[in-house]
Amino acid sequence: MISQEIVDKYEIVVGLEIHAQLQTKSKAYSSDPNEFGVDPNTNVSPITLGHPGTLPRFNKSTLEYGVRLGLACSSKINYENQFARKNYFYADLPKGYQITQDKTPLCTEGFIDIEDDSKKHKRIGITRIHMEEDSGKSIHDLDPYNTLIDLNRAGVPLLEIVSEPDIRSPQEAYNYLTEVRKLVRYLEICDGNMEEGSMRCDANVSVRIKGSDTFGERTETKNLNSIRNVYRAIEFEAKRQIEILENGGEIHMETRGFDAVTGQTISQRSKEMAHDYRYFPEPDLQVVFVDENYIEEVKTKLPPLPNELKEKYINSYSLSTYDAEVITEEKYFALYFEELTNSTSNYKSAANWMMGSIKSFLNEQAISIQEFKIKPSQIAELIDLIDEGKVSNTIATQKIFPAMLENHETNPRDIAEKNQWIQQSDTSALDEFVNEVLEKYPEKVKEYQDGKTGLLGLFMGEIMKLSKGKADPKLTNQLLRNKLDL
Amino acid sequence: MGVDKSTVDRIAHLAKLEFSDSEKEGILKDMNKMLDFVEQLNEVDTEGVEPLIYMVQEEGDLREDVVKLEISQEEALKNAPDKDTDFIKVPKVLKK
Repeated sequence: MISQEIVDKYEIVVGLEIHAQLQTKSKAYSSDPNEFGVDPNTNVSPITLGHPGTLPRFNKSTLEYGVRLGLACSSKINYENQFARKNYFYADLPKGYQITQDKTPLCTEGFIDIEDDSKKHKRIGITRIHMEEDSGKSIHDLDPYNTLIDLNRAGVPLLEIVSEPDIRSPQEAYNYLTEVRKLVRYLEICDGNMEEGSMRCDANVSVRIKGSDTFGERTETKNLNSIRNVYRAIEFEAKRQIEILENGGEIHMETRGFDAVTGQTISQRSKEMAHDYRYFPEPDLQVVFVDENYIEEVKTKLPPLPNELKEKYINSYSLSTYDAEVITEEKYFALYFEELTNSTSNYKSAANWMMGSIKSFLNEQAISIQEFKIKPSQIAELIDLIDEGKVSNTIATQKIFPAMLENHETNPRDIAEKNQWIQQSDTSALDEFVNEVLEKYPEKVKEYQDGKTGLLGLFMGEIMKLSKGKADPKLTNQLLRNKLDL
Repeated sequence: MGVDKSTVDRIAHLAKLEFSDSEKEGILKDMNKMLDFVEQLNEVDTEGVEPLIYMVQEEGDLREDVVKLEISQEEALKNAPDKDTDFIKVPKVLKK
């Protein structure tokens, strides 16, 4: 084992390659369905199967999704897009080459903002995003004598997102991936599900002595199937490399796999035996031009992005960073909050409703906000009722909200009126505060009644706090004395 | 630029093919013949000329993202040398 002191001499350098499967209806270069979970080899076509004489035709949606992501990462969008063939021989790649982009990636020079280990803002560069296609699936463990091939996935459109080697810790990699996943989900181009393989990640890891301005030799760990495993693999791989270097060894460029059970990376093939992909331009697909008009068109259709919303909630709505993060974690949850804050300007209360009663109801029922029947305008009305002093917060959360869940057509004002939960007079509203405070301090009440009348000030103070200073002091004093003086 | 035996070995490896020594001799001869033929192009001065990739210099037409399923699973598996009802079978591959 190597001491933390020695580990701390080194800096970890990581670049990530992410493959995101696009949620198009049909495949990248053919019309067979892009669909998960059907019988093997049913979603195929002569193009997918690589039959001679077939010609690929490029899917419009692949381009649009790519431009969406590019714009969301502030990338430059390339005007002239060529496709290229990446040649390798493998049983799940029927054509013998993958159609990808080589010299003219769709997007370049983008970035994604994340938090570093000390929660400070950090910018991670996106070198390139390019369009390509997935391979089929090889199944090694179903048949003891053969490998089985399912080509449903062959030709499914992918975006490959390549980061700059800007990542400096496992946590930064974790944060970056979380951000990318959130982004593709907001853009509705990929479901971001790493466990099911619709988002996959390879990590290029190297280490160097802190302060050094050259990179160390790197290894590439492939096919990490969860964000957590990316974290673990980088952590393990960096330590492994430091240990080798400290023992006077050197790092060799190689491809490694990750064993999620042991948490270790394992050598798979060295780069000396590496593939030679012999890239050349794909002559079967014409150049695709992406002009300014098209980019503008895609831009106007972009949804609000998580970082923009987060910033707005912190800076304009004065929400805490934590609240803003929780609310923007999921797109439709954030959009619900957007609608809610169109109808009420009590942002803090709106946030509390979202993160409290609404979120716990969704969790309890295991449903998404899209299945939530109460409209944002109804929640806004409930907030108004509280703010007007018509109902207490307790009544609102414990009585009215559950009643709205029972019958989501009725509005909160009607529910409150029908059940006589509206605080009719000032006296009854105050009464509730008085009772609440007296119940909270039974010993103090006894002390008061035993002659310690100075405690009246304590009770008054508590009631003022509860009423947010709106209680009429004279009336409160009167009510208190009525209750306390036997 | 001639092809030597190690180039033949390398290309065979990339194509996952195995050849006997006598087969390799033949391949070596053929490949050199092909390269010699193509070599004639080097006589033309292409200094400053953009490589021609596409025979038609037109913008590619984009396909609408509409699903069309044109063949059945049975048809899809028809040409596979080895298969069962669902899958194409290939010799055991352990690691990619």
